[in-house]
Amino acid sequence: MAGPATRGLLATALPLIGKRIASGALTLLLVSLVVFFIAQLLPGDAAQEMLGQAATADAVTALREKFGLDRPAPERYVRWLLGMLTGDPGYSLVANMAVADVIAARLPNSLLLAALSALVSVPVALTIGILSAMHRDTRLDRGLNVATLSMVALPEFLVATVAVLIFSVQLRWLPSIALIPADASPWLVLRSLAMPILSLSVIVIAQMARMTRAAIIQQLNQPYVEMALLKGIKPARVVLTHVLPNAIGPIVNAMVLSLSYLLGGAIIVETIFNYPGLASLMVNAVTSRDMPLLQACAMIFCTAYLLLALVADTAAILANPRLRNR
Amino acid sequence: MRLSRRQMLGTGLAAGMLPLLMPGLARAQPRRGGHITAASLSSSTADTLDPAKGALSTDYCRHAMFYNGLTDYDENGQAHLCLAQSLDSSEQMTWRVTLRDDVTFHDGSKLTADDVVFSLLRLQDPASGSKVKPIASQMATVRALSPRDVEIVLTSPNVDLPSILAQSHFYIIKAGTKDFSKANGTGPFRCQTFQPGVRTLGVRNEDYFREGRPYLDSLELIGIPDEVARVNALLSGDVHMIIAVNPRSTRRIRESGTHDLLVTPSGLYTNLIMRRDGKPTGSPDFVLGMKHLFDRELVKRALFRDFATIGNDHPIPPFDPFYRADLPQRTLDLDKARYHFARADLPSTPLPLYCSPAADGSVDMASVLQEYGSKVGLKLAVNRMPADGYWSTHWMKHPLGFGNTNPRPTADLVFSLFYKSTAAWNESGWQNERFDRLLLEARAQGDFALRKEIYGEMQEIVAAECGTAIPVFINLIDGFDKRVKGLRPIPLGGFMGYKFPEHVWWEG
Repeated sequence: MAGPATRGLLATALPLIGKRIASGALTLLLVSLVVFFIAQLLPGDAAQEMLGQAATADAVTALREKFGLDRPAPERYVRWLLGMLTGDPGYSLVANMAVADVIAARLPNSLLLAALSALVSVPVALTIGILSAMHRDTRLDRGLNVATLSMVALPEFLVATVAVLIFSVQLRWLPSIALIPADASPWLVLRSLAMPILSLSVIVIAQMARMTRAAIIQQLNQPYVEMALLKGIKPARVVLTHVLPNAIGPIVNAMVLSLSYLLGGAIIVETIFNYPGLASLMVNAVTSRDMPLLQACAMIFCTAYLLLALVADTAAILANPRLRNR
Repeated sequence: MRLSRRQMLGTGLAAGMLPLLMPGLARAQPRRGGHITAASLSSSTADTLDPAKGALSTDYCRHAMFYNGLTDYDENGQAHLCLAQSLDSSEQMTWRVTLRDDVTFHDGSKLTADDVVFSLLRLQDPASGSKVKPIASQMATVRALSPRDVEIVLTSPNVDLPSILAQSHFYIIKAGTKDFSKANGTGPFRCQTFQPGVRTLGVRNEDYFREGRPYLDSLELIGIPDEVARVNALLSGDVHMIIAVNPRSTRRIRESGTHDLLVTPSGLYTNLIMRRDGKPTGSPDFVLGMKHLFDRELVKRALFRDFATIGNDHPIPPFDPFYRADLPQRTLDLDKARYHFARADLPSTPLPLYCSPAADGSVDMASVLQEYGSKVGLKLAVNRMPADGYWSTHWMKHPLGFGNTNPRPTADLVFSLFYKSTAAWNESGWQNERFDRLLLEARAQGDFALRKEIYGEMQEIVAAECGTAIPVFINLIDGFDKRVKGLRPIPLGGFMGYKFPEHVWWEG
């Protein structure tokens, strides 16, 4: 890319990206409001949940006072928001630890699982998508279509449970729970995570592959592809160097949507494999009414989602030839 | 009354040779060494090392790894001495505890009377989040007489104090402990790793005061909330013991050949609550009608696959030493139910019945009741509530709903917590003066036969008048790898009443 073209591109793209960032920040603020006040609607609070059946009136009052739950909701919201802005998400009532510490113990696990799953699923999905688009309406395409369609239809709890029955209970190759000791070797980590990655990938691969196929086929119908083929360029090269850059916008969009699912949607996989990730932490926080923790988790998921969406938007803007030609 | 170690064991044995289901274990010589991973029901950020806050089975087991009580339970659920060398009382009112002098905490300091005073008194402080405040408040004063002697004065006589002190909430911690990120107890294991919601790892306490124990080198405790995942983890060999097996999974475990079940008959029950202050549930005829509407055999067979014991509408299970056997067993009797409902002024609109997965089996019981009710002119509307928040928002708040009560170590505790007129969890809201009087009388009565007589009358009163129907007592089912030895049922909970850590050994 030449110098002046890049500058022109950045000059047009930057305000657009800036707008996206601003609207992202506004969304976050709205989400924080919604999360906070919806959380208030849950029956019971942390004091009652902690005492369970043992919740007598004076015990609940004492705990509420200790937790500061007796303050009015708007006051608690403002306090929490100011804390978040200064980087302090508060104190977990139930765990008796700073929320930042609780999350710090779990977030790396979630990121690791998501990253490894992405590493597996993105190349596989791209390959499947490109292959079936190039061989449209052949046996290969139909076979891949049936495969991806059934993968989309398979719920992950089924994939996970069947995988456990086969690989753990019957064959005893892989551990059925993904609890990894702190000093585990990379090999053990991979072995423990193999089935969670498999279960998560199945669904994500299928979605991404189908979107990739659709995006490429749409481009293949364009006149410039016909032109290139008439000029004698090999089909594989046409797809990789001409079609793919043009289809990158929708493909990245599909991928980002799928990847955001890897972070927050892993709850079922986390439950089945007992993997200590962020999603199960959030569910814990809901059941124990640990609002500071719940709100922090919700904000993390939301931020991750918005960041990924921002990446997708940016990719789409940068990949848009109309922007590049200006 | 003076209870020495030997006498207490004696009374325990005399009190109940219980018909326990033994999982086919020969009493072999325990072996030292090895590592076991045990999976309990739930694990979350609420996990704690603070005995006072223990809320769930995982907490109770974890506390049994690192702490001891003044007393402990034997196989019959009776109390025997643990950290206490002797426990004497005058008139069951003023108790004197003498501590063993060979007990040290994990940090090397010696167990003293101050630790006991601190551990017991903090349970009365509402801000501690203590789960047993109402029970602990029976202790009017707790003071150290010497470094090894403690005097506990109760607000009123209670012969069951030794049993109460054996509960995990009453475990002894080091005086002044405020930080519970690590455990400093006297228990069989030292806390090496504690990650709330993830795992607890204990290594053998070489200085444990019980000679030769614990047998295991190390013990790991994790929580697997999903039952299917728990059974799979057991069968795949990733864990060696699991708690709370669903009756539906029992065949799978038995057929594996390498695993077996530990079945513990217990006092756990799910009961129908008929509020005295509601309509028409406050009518004695309505209460009797509902009690005759339960097909107990069906509940036992279909809902619990025979892993249950038939109940008789009072909270004392048949294998309890205080069970009154000569009360006629109530059975399904549609004619009697029809007769009582005819006199109970039933509403014309369907009567809402609240149930929830939080109360084990209640959803199915509600459907069965609805079915039988339609045959005798009682229209029920089954309202299935989510488990989340059920106890704080629905339990005891509707005229007709279900509750669920965990096994308690003594008859007195069940009666005082759930049936006394002034109890916070008087589920049905009934008031019975005679019952309340008998309760206090039994508490002060040191003679077993006389107590049994009093408790017998109380069972009769509850079964006849109280707005609670107890169709069955639910058995607790644990699964284990056959190489885990030393497991025996203790009727107070799964995993040997949650006290397995120092009893099991590994033959692998």
